Amino acid sequence: MPTAEPILVVENIVKRFETQDGVLVAVDDVSFTVAPGEFLSVIGPSGCGKSTLFNIIGGLMDGYEGRAAVGGETIRGPHASIGMIFQEESTFPWRTVIDNVAFPLEIAGLAKAERLDRARHFVELVGLSGFERRYPSELSGGMRQRVSMARTLASEPKILLMDEPFAALDEQTRLLLGDKVLQIQQELKQTTLLITHNLTEAVQLSDRILVMTYRPGKLKRMVEIKLPRPRSSEIVGSDDFGRYVAQIWNDLREEASRGLKDDEARMVRRGS
Amino acid sequence: MRSHRPPFWVRTVPVAFGALCLVAVLALVEVLVATGTINPFIVPRPSDVLLSFTRIIAEERVLPRFMLTCGEALVASVMLSVVGIAAGVLLHRHRIVRLATETWVAALASAPLVLMYPLFLVIFGRSVWTIIMIAFVSALPPVILKTLEGLTGTRAALINVGRSFRLTPSQLYWKILFPAALPTIFVGVRLGMIYALINIVGVEFLINFGGLGQLVNELAERYDLPGTYAAICFVILVSVLFFIGTERIERWLRPGT
Repeated sequence: MPTAEPILVVENIVKRFETQDGVLVAVDDVSFTVAPGEFLSVIGPSGCGKSTLFNIIGGLMDGYEGRAAVGGETIRGPHASIGMIFQEESTFPWRTVIDNVAFPLEIAGLAKAERLDRARHFVELVGLSGFERRYPSELSGGMRQRVSMARTLASEPKILLMDEPFAALDEQTRLLLGDKVLQIQQELKQTTLLITHNLTEAVQLSDRILVMTYRPGKLKRMVEIKLPRPRSSEIVGSDDFGRYVAQIWNDLREEASRGLKDDEARMVRRGS
Repeated sequence: MRSHRPPFWVRTVPVAFGALCLVAVLALVEVLVATGTINPFIVPRPSDVLLSFTRIIAEERVLPRFMLTCGEALVASVMLSVVGIAAGVLLHRHRIVRLATETWVAALASAPLVLMYPLFLVIFGRSVWTIIMIAFVSALPPVILKTLEGLTGTRAALINVGRSFRLTPSQLYWKILFPAALPTIFVGVRLGMIYALINIVGVEFLINFGGLGQLVNELAERYDLPGTYAAICFVILVSVLFFIGTERIERWLRPGT
């Protein structure tokens, strides 16, 4: 468990949605903290409320019980200390790579020369040097996600909040981008909260993994990953890595099965 | 580093293929008319139409008529772009206005407003403003509806990026919503311009007030079929010029697509 003063505190979060079938509890009494420089992943089956948690911490969703706070300040909307990377492709197609990355600096009112200079640093950081004048339509899916990452990092957030950023990519690209995330996180000492359903990704990147139950989304277990750092995707082949994956899968399997059965039951109800 | 341009052949082959298809169709029509399969009293030979170009340019003062029709189309296009896009934004921002008017705007799109030209003649007199106003009113609905569609269709992920960077509502509009909606808005503007040009030429035809519409009318009444078709080609040229113009403006406003 982290010993430093936490930078992010999530306390007793409960989120309910009104649905046609009644009240749905998406997140139920979830609490955890994230220490500065820590990489924490939240993992759980589809429908466990991961994205709801992402939206609450990112300040994009209100109407919940409990409290989320960054640096001691309660989150009441999008917070300057939190940078978000979304699951969906979110680069601006009408802006070049460099202009995409410079976007938050433009909003902050920086002079053009200064913002382009700073943006260039983040483009280099995500390994896209030479592609500055390209448009997103000229890039691959993995490159576009790196542009999104550089854009968020350019705003220099205290916490990087990522919602399954590599979900749409193939496994090899995902592993290689994981290397890039590790490299950036180690270089910037960036506090990161990753929402994912991918076991390999979570174990490869994290210091701790928070396993959630299927609906209602509760904290099932917190797993500390004691794999050596600095890490790379080569660690995927190690015995320790395999043991962590197996251990977390044991927890997840039961939840994922519940989710599957629930989905099937819902389909039957709709069919009848 | 410069942005990648597609290779020369990628840019030229489709254009050359399109031109070749047009030539092939014209050659086929030429043969069908020459052999009597198509009645030459209804469709003239394309070669006769081609030869009549120089004649109508010299004898029928095509250039000033062409400029008049272009000018009317330009004024109507600017008006419908400014008013149509602003109205679309208004409908997007105020749900209650949208609910109250969207159906009426859609209904207006299918109304044959050109038939109301006597009313416009009474209001604006026998002037270019009658032609411009009929074109403007008839072409407004597609611009409004497509602007609304573009703004409402902006991907939630892009809006969330803006929210995560704490953009003000005005910044969200100008930096994200508007650029994201531009391709759809330009579809509306192009549709509007087509509606406008049809109405301009139609009203010029009806009220005999100069322009290419009046020329088509005069040549048709003289039963100068090659000249009539050549004049119609000039109307098509106006349309093509406006299409190219809007495409350039769109690419300038929203690069990368």
